[in-house]
Amino acid sequence: MTDIVSSAPAPLKGRSPAAMALARLARNRAATVSIGVLVIVSLICFLGPFFNPHNYATVYQSYVSVPPSLSAYPADDTLQAVMQATVERGRAKLDSFSVSGKSYTATISSEKEIDPRIIRYFDRPDEFDGAVIKETSADKLSATVEGHVNREYFLLGTDRNGRDMLARIMVGGQISLMVGILATIVALVIGVTYGAISGYLGGRVDNIMMRFVEIMYSLPFIFFVIMLVVFFGRHIALIFIGIGAINWLDMARIVRGQTLSLKRREFVGAATAMGLSDWAIIRRHIIPNTIGPVVVFVTLLVPQVILLESFLSFLGLGVQEPMTSWGFLISEGASAIQASPWLLLYPSIFFVVTLMALNYLGDGLRDAFDPRDR
Amino acid sequence: MLRFILSRLLSSAPTIFIVMTLSFFMIRLAPGGPFNLERPLQPEVMANLNAVYHLDQPVWKQYIFYLWNVLHGDFGPSFVYKDYTVSELILQALPYSLVLGAWALLIAVFGGIALGVYAALRQNSWADYLLMGISALGNTVPNFVIGPVLTLIFAVSLAWLPTGSWGNGDFRHLVLPIIVLSLPQLAVFARLTRGSMIEALRADHVRTARAYGLPARSVVGVHALRAGLMPVISYLGPVAASVLTGSIIVEQMFSLPGVGRYFVLGALNRDYTLVMGTVVLISVFIVVLNLIVDIIYAFVDPRIRHD
Repeated sequence: MTDIVSSAPAPLKGRSPAAMALARLARNRAATVSIGVLVIVSLICFLGPFFNPHNYATVYQSYVSVPPSLSAYPADDTLQAVMQATVERGRAKLDSFSVSGKSYTATISSEKEIDPRIIRYFDRPDEFDGAVIKETSADKLSATVEGHVNREYFLLGTDRNGRDMLARIMVGGQISLMVGILATIVALVIGVTYGAISGYLGGRVDNIMMRFVEIMYSLPFIFFVIMLVVFFGRHIALIFIGIGAINWLDMARIVRGQTLSLKRREFVGAATAMGLSDWAIIRRHIIPNTIGPVVVFVTLLVPQVILLESFLSFLGLGVQEPMTSWGFLISEGASAIQASPWLLLYPSIFFVVTLMALNYLGDGLRDAFDPRDR
Repeated sequence: MLRFILSRLLSSAPTIFIVMTLSFFMIRLAPGGPFNLERPLQPEVMANLNAVYHLDQPVWKQYIFYLWNVLHGDFGPSFVYKDYTVSELILQALPYSLVLGAWALLIAVFGGIALGVYAALRQNSWADYLLMGISALGNTVPNFVIGPVLTLIFAVSLAWLPTGSWGNGDFRHLVLPIIVLSLPQLAVFARLTRGSMIEALRADHVRTARAYGLPARSVVGVHALRAGLMPVISYLGPVAASVLTGSIIVEQMFSLPGVGRYFVLGALNRDYTLVMGTVVLISVFIVVLNLIVDIIYAFVDPRIRHD
């Protein structure tokens, strides 16, 4: 007996539809760039606050509505005036004032004896810190004070309350992205369940369930959101549940339509003939085939939801101060467009870039899952 | 065809009824009431007010009462705008919203279709990419950004157009609101048309029409467009309803006296009857416009009629 050396080729590796779709997606330049953009924006929003010295809620009273700048605030030429005002508040007179690097020296004099507690006034403005009295003259009528000058960087400026815009954009981005994703998940869960049940059961149940969806479509949905917000209060978790709860209608329709048409397809019939159980058919043949349109819809729903949240913010029904969202920042910026355009510009850039990336990604996914148009 | 229209008409009446019922109970469930002011009213005054507006009755009784009145064409008095009935308020505001919405809709539909067809005919050219890029932008920039920016440019800096208010119906007052209202929809219509036209241009019947040597104008304008417009038509219903009944945001931004503001103010003030009036108005619009769209659809695509 001679051994038959098996030289048969390795078994053919099938490629799942999802893998093929991903391969097509990887070739789509707009979509891959979009993924990169989304990753960068998410990193900025979620990790950025750890590297940014400013907290989104900290108010710098000395720096209200300062424009974006790469150099540090305060500018040296403004310090004299600030120190002047500070010293006067302490009922003393500023004789000389000089700044060298990070520290300042000021000589003050007064008609009465200088109380050492005057240094409290020195630390009060955001510009100065760590004041100590270095020398006091023998008659206690004049003194020399030294301290640090706080250098603050506001790369994107500050808002009208003197809060760092970069920090606010990052936190606002966290909220907007989270609202977008969580509300979409809510819509996804309700919509897929509802649509699959409706499509799978068919018949009278399907009729009634779809009739209900149709009625919901005729309900002015802004009214729905306003009612939910008014009813639930303005808690952030409730906002995205509310938004998700009104956006599942399209999802339900899509999944139902898919389920209906898939039920009648030959490969489902073949699978039935081979004796697969219903659950196996749904898992192996129906769900992988609905996932395409569902994924596409989900990617396109996220920007819609973010946009919807921004409308709510514009109407004053969104998140509450000092918490913020991109929509909130944009609507605040829109009302200050003339005086401080950067308040509108920077949040809008983040907002629009993210939404465009999501839209292009959605389009790319659609092309990847449904390559007929290629 | 008549049977189709009648059956659609019959099925829309219960829809409006259910929407009315749902929203009636929803707004009553919300905490607070129309007379809970910052300075609380005296209990006697409150009781009297509640009695006058039947708010002291159980909710189901109020509901039947409301339904009965609505069936007689009476939407009740406004709770907050005293001395006005809801019908008066809405009828006063509706023409403004309709004029604004009609213009915006016309521009969005025809502009969007024209741009979409143009882009589809030049698929993957730079003009196509440019148009779709702008359309993607128009779709993502919220109109409360577009509004102030356009106002700053055209009203404040160049002083070509007024910044807001209705003026005496002078068209110059309407230019900016119409643009802001129509732009996002125009972007959507352009994208929809482009997508479906690309598909339609490859369809067998269009290829056949080309093979017969029909002029390009009729191949594109008749044979392809007829199939290519289907998704646009189906999207038309909801968009028309929302644009015609007033965009809350555009009206607020340009301080126009349309219906939109009653909607938000009504809900916030718990002006029950006013909110109900606007909800019913908008859902009637949605239902009627969807009906019209369905009929157009059935005309364009005979398969629907015989289904």
